[in-house]
Amino acid sequence: MTRFPVLVEISLREGIADPQGATIERALPALGFEGIADVQVGKAIRLTIEADDADDARDRVRQLCDRLLANPVIEDAAVTVLG
Amino acid sequence: MARSPMVGVVVFPGSNCEHDVVEAVTSVGGRGVLLWHDQADLGGVDAVVLPGGFAHGDYLRPGAIARFSPILDAITAFAADGGPVVGICNGFQVLTEAGLLPGALQKNRGLKFLCKTVELRVATERSALTCSATPGSILRIPINHFEGQYTCDERTLATLRNDDRVVLRYVDNPNGSMDDIAGICSEGRNVVGLMPHPERASDELLGSADGRVLLTSLLVAAGVAVAVAV
Repeated sequence: MTRFPVLVEISLREGIADPQGATIERALPALGFEGIADVQVGKAIRLTIEADDADDARDRVRQLCDRLLANPVIEDAAVTVLG
Repeated sequence: MARSPMVGVVVFPGSNCEHDVVEAVTSVGGRGVLLWHDQADLGGVDAVVLPGGFAHGDYLRPGAIARFSPILDAITAFAADGGPVVGICNGFQVLTEAGLLPGALQKNRGLKFLCKTVELRVATERSALTCSATPGSILRIPINHFEGQYTCDERTLATLRNDDRVVLRYVDNPNGSMDDIAGICSEGRNVVGLMPHPERASDELLGSADGRVLLTSLLVAAGVAVAVAV
């Protein structure tokens, strides 16, 4: 067993309104930032997991996403094994 | 004389409306008892309410951690047996996370925390929370939420509409909820979730007593005959 660092990025599913992203985007011109679009706000969760190999680590964290870390009704989760 | 229906009000760490619900349920002829989230049984109650607040701090997502509280297994079994279960505000969020109701509650359109009295239209009397209400009637009941925008996929929405499972709709949609949905019920019509707080509209002194007909409905659904003055 090896310990793998994993990054989970949770974003709103396509078609789900992202009021936080929209609000940030609207505020940018007032600060002088021009030309920025498609602002999306999500969550990043870092953890480490003991697993046989990177594939095993990814599979088990994906299960964790399905059961807890993301709500599949409104959210997608991307799992990246960093180690 | 029949005994008063006993309504179990679940207390999670971070719940904050449980005493209001007990008080309001008692005022319409029921008997409210508090149930700590860590217990594995419901103590023989006739109905269950998951109250508003911030269960487990709303960490991760509202309701995401609460659904793993031991009492949720007992509530799921109670609901499967047809027992009336109502989730108010944060309780609605817990019920969707637990899979007892479809869909999810997203941050409000406009990102505003909303705390005001709104008008609701009773969409159906076929639910544990509206069986004594009149379809089409308007109720003035407060909302108090940041994540109350009801969201689901199109197929779920079609099912909710076709099966008459939208229980309450906002007259003037405050948060961007799909189809103006303020409350829905389960396929068995015994599990109901709503964002507005009927317990905060349980006496004219509070500005409205329109929530009483909903709480009375819950007692009726609890299956115990009681003398109730709405």
